[in-house]
Amino acid sequence: MKESSNHITRSESIERQLWRRKVRRTRAFQTLTIASPILLLVVWEILSRTAMIDPRFFPPPTTIIVEFFHLAATGQLFHHVGISLYRILGGFLMGVIPAIIIGLLMGMYLPVRYTLQPLVMALMPIPTLALMPIIIIVFGINDLSKMITIAGSVFFPVLINTVAGVTNIDHIYVDIAKNYGAKSKDYFFKIALPGALPMMMEGIQMGQAIALLTIVAAEMIGANSGIGYLIWTKYKTFVLKDMYVGLVLISFFGYLFSLLLRALQRKLIPWQK
Amino acid sequence: MTESKIKVDHLTKVFFKKNSSVTAIRDICLDIKEGEFVCLLGPSGCGKTTLLRILAELETPSTGSYHITPGKAGKPLQSMIFQEQGVIPWMTVQNNVSFGLRMRHASKKELNERTEYYLNKVGLWEFRHLYPSEISGGMKQRVSIARAFANDPEILLMDEPFAALDEQNKFILQEELLNIWEETHKTVVFITHSIDEALLLSDRIFLMSAQPGTILREKKIDLPRPRSIELVRSNPQMGKEFVDIWQHLQETVQQHRDKAL
Repeated sequence: MKESSNHITRSESIERQLWRRKVRRTRAFQTLTIASPILLLVVWEILSRTAMIDPRFFPPPTTIIVEFFHLAATGQLFHHVGISLYRILGGFLMGVIPAIIIGLLMGMYLPVRYTLQPLVMALMPIPTLALMPIIIIVFGINDLSKMITIAGSVFFPVLINTVAGVTNIDHIYVDIAKNYGAKSKDYFFKIALPGALPMMMEGIQMGQAIALLTIVAAEMIGANSGIGYLIWTKYKTFVLKDMYVGLVLISFFGYLFSLLLRALQRKLIPWQK
Repeated sequence: MTESKIKVDHLTKVFFKKNSSVTAIRDICLDIKEGEFVCLLGPSGCGKTTLLRILAELETPSTGSYHITPGKAGKPLQSMIFQEQGVIPWMTVQNNVSFGLRMRHASKKELNERTEYYLNKVGLWEFRHLYPSEISGGMKQRVSIARAFANDPEILLMDEPFAALDEQNKFILQEELLNIWEETHKTVVFITHSIDEALLLSDRIFLMSAQPGTILREKKIDLPRPRSIELVRSNPQMGKEFVDIWQHLQETVQQHRDKAL
């Protein structure tokens, strides 16, 4: 009796040790995740301050931070950020919404798919940025032309993922819908849309990154405001510290949008573990 | 118990693919009465599922016809209980159960009442807000059963609903199914390759051959209801029936093999 209870305490202490080791390991990994970017910044700072890399091209991160507050204080920065976010959001929605609708239709209806598939395949490789001159001629140098450029780049990844999402829905759910008498409207909203949602969200996540890439380039070509414009003019006037502020902002918003979309994903797809 | 509910008349289905054809079922004739629980029993690949899918309007017959006697207007003709994975992952347990009622736009009152009733009946009321990924395989099949009964169809079609479950779960669900069925005595066509299952559930068993699937024999099971697994297992007559069916199936599988050689 005594022996067996001893045995149990011994097993318990062994398990507790193993568990502690596991916790320690997880903590170590978390530290690595936080430490790696900080380490990079520290190395950059040191190399730049000791002039081992040219501080004119790679100003120390601390001076970039100071410059950020300096620019923010003038109010200039908010103007550029605001206008860029407006264009991104507008362009993003203009790309995503039609992509989802057309994607669902292509996934559900074979005639639509076979008609549009070749067009999609032929148009997809054309970079929308290369079409910017045409877009500007047609729509003018304004926010709309930038939104359309973004919409064009966001459209395809979302479309393709939506089509794949619908066509990959397990056939048994189609059978269930048919057997229980789902009409096409119900099929659209109850089966095709939610069934395609997980892949669709991956496409939207990709589209979000592409929207940021596109806005910077689009604002470099034909704009007098926005983060891309800021980066471009500061580069041309060789105020590289300010240029870096623009780059860091883009990186920050990319990260922020990813987090927001992940949160949205968890909200919209509660059935996925 | 005399009225005919399902009439299948010389039904044949041929699948045609790249210049070769496979006769899944040939010349099937059935007459199933109102309120009867019928099992189609046969080796895998004997076209049982094809026959059921035709009755479920998921497949069209090549030749021949079938007729299901309609009931009150507005009531669906048939509902199917699918094999495993037959619950929709993006709907909660409750929304899965009410799916058929929602699709046919049943009144709010009927929808709520029937959904609640069958959720309770299969013991899933507390789990109604969970998603299928959060419940066990046995619970998922309960959802499938509740969905079919809640839809209140004229006949129920069941495609090996318990094939993927472990043995204990299978026994429990078979008895639960019988309990629910006793209340309504709906006409059921049930597919299985398990002799035990067929003996426990059926009023009549149709033995099928493989490729092409035909009906070779039918067997009446006269055990009184309500039945239980213990009752069927301990009945010596059922033991004999088991051996008889087993020998018959063995023969057909053997014949099929000889033909193939």
